[in-house]
Amino acid sequence: MDEKTIRLTPPLREDEVRKLRAGDRVLLSGVIYTGRDAAHKRLVEAHTQGQALPLDLSGQVIYYVGPCPAKPGQAIGSAGPTTSGRMDTYAPTIMQLGLKAMVGKGLRSPAVVEAMKQHGAVYLVATGGAGALLARRITAAEVVAYPDLGPEAIYRLEVTDFPTIVAIDAHGGDLYAAGKERFAR
Amino acid sequence: MREISVSKVADTVRDLCVEANYDLPPDVVAALEVAREREESPLGKEILGELLENAAIARDDRVPLCQDTGVTHVFVELGQDVHLVGGSLQDAINDGVRRGYDEGYLRKSVVDDPIFRRANTGDNTPAIIYVDLVPGEGLKLWVVPKGTGSENMSGMKMLTPAHGARGVREFVVEVVDRSGSNPCPPVVVGVGVGGMMDRAALLAKKALLRPIGRSHPRPEVAALEAEILEAVNNLGIGPQGLGGRTTALAVHVETAPTHIGALPVAVNLQCHAARHAERAL
Repeated sequence: MDEKTIRLTPPLREDEVRKLRAGDRVLLSGVIYTGRDAAHKRLVEAHTQGQALPLDLSGQVIYYVGPCPAKPGQAIGSAGPTTSGRMDTYAPTIMQLGLKAMVGKGLRSPAVVEAMKQHGAVYLVATGGAGALLARRITAAEVVAYPDLGPEAIYRLEVTDFPTIVAIDAHGGDLYAAGKERFAR
Repeated sequence: MREISVSKVADTVRDLCVEANYDLPPDVVAALEVAREREESPLGKEILGELLENAAIARDDRVPLCQDTGVTHVFVELGQDVHLVGGSLQDAINDGVRRGYDEGYLRKSVVDDPIFRRANTGDNTPAIIYVDLVPGEGLKLWVVPKGTGSENMSGMKMLTPAHGARGVREFVVEVVDRSGSNPCPPVVVGVGVGGMMDRAALLAKKALLRPIGRSHPRPEVAALEAEILEAVNNLGIGPQGLGGRTTALAVHVETAPTHIGALPVAVNLQCHAARHAERAL
């Protein structure tokens, strides 16, 4: 096994993203943004209508998450990844706008993988259902767009060594397919 | 006849919402521990360890296990000799959900209209409520917060009698296989067979309430459960879908009488955060 652990801080450059391989561990630090179905829909609609976006996506990382409300003393409530496939319709456009990494869990469509290869983007996964554990790596959270969407608003998160694994790399390497093949009987 | 105040129902539902979301049931924790011991994939073993650590943090810090605190299902077993006083049962249950999700800092995940408006109701109501009338003076409540990662991977098929047990097994395995990493494996597979379409779906969901490790009382159904579990784990999907021998912790099959020409099968997947809490009043 030659998987590596790599520390990354956005904004990400295309060359550092293209070096990542399926199975590598990536620890994210710095600023990342959240976005789920409703926020993606609005971003893509705004772009289609030629309107300004509420954030600059160049080199950025979007974490597919709708967190729980923070208890007093917490930066954020439980915050694990949601199923990424629901963002597949929108993801190619978001990558075209400069997004370099998506963090979620679950399968992606062939069209998303093609867009990742084209734009030099990576699909990272965090452990689904480990929301209490993952929230400990988030040190600050602030809503920066679409506050009316509640848990689906876009948050700016500050993270420290947020643990992810490269599930699909910018060359089409796919840990889901490889892992399944290895353990099927 | 026994009188029970609906405010007591509301208070209980409130407490169960919080408890279900903070405390992974002991049978699920035990199943994850066994899976971690047996898992052949080093990464799978590590992930199962993270899930156990996550459950411990949630329990100790009194925070939700998972941010998807779900749509709240409330199953009620109501004795027919109980007289509920002080208001409507439905309103009381929704009041309990509203308070539980507010005071427990749980995420509100319900939208009012599925197709057009999709506006968040802001308090996680309405709950999905099922009431079974039973003999006696008891009242029992189950609260099941069900997330959508696993729910979206559910499947339903109207098989015909000729498909038999083999058809049931093949369809269940197909549903788990195509769901891959999406439902947050290791999953619990709830299977409802029989009735008509609606009954099969409800049985599949109720099958998730059975404690892990308890087989169906009928030997032939228990054998089918074991056979499906083996086939599902041979898919290689593994913890979080990243490869491994633990794709499911359990397969629970529930059956009901059906039509002479029917064999409906519903599969309801439950993520590893198999949350539920129950109390008898």
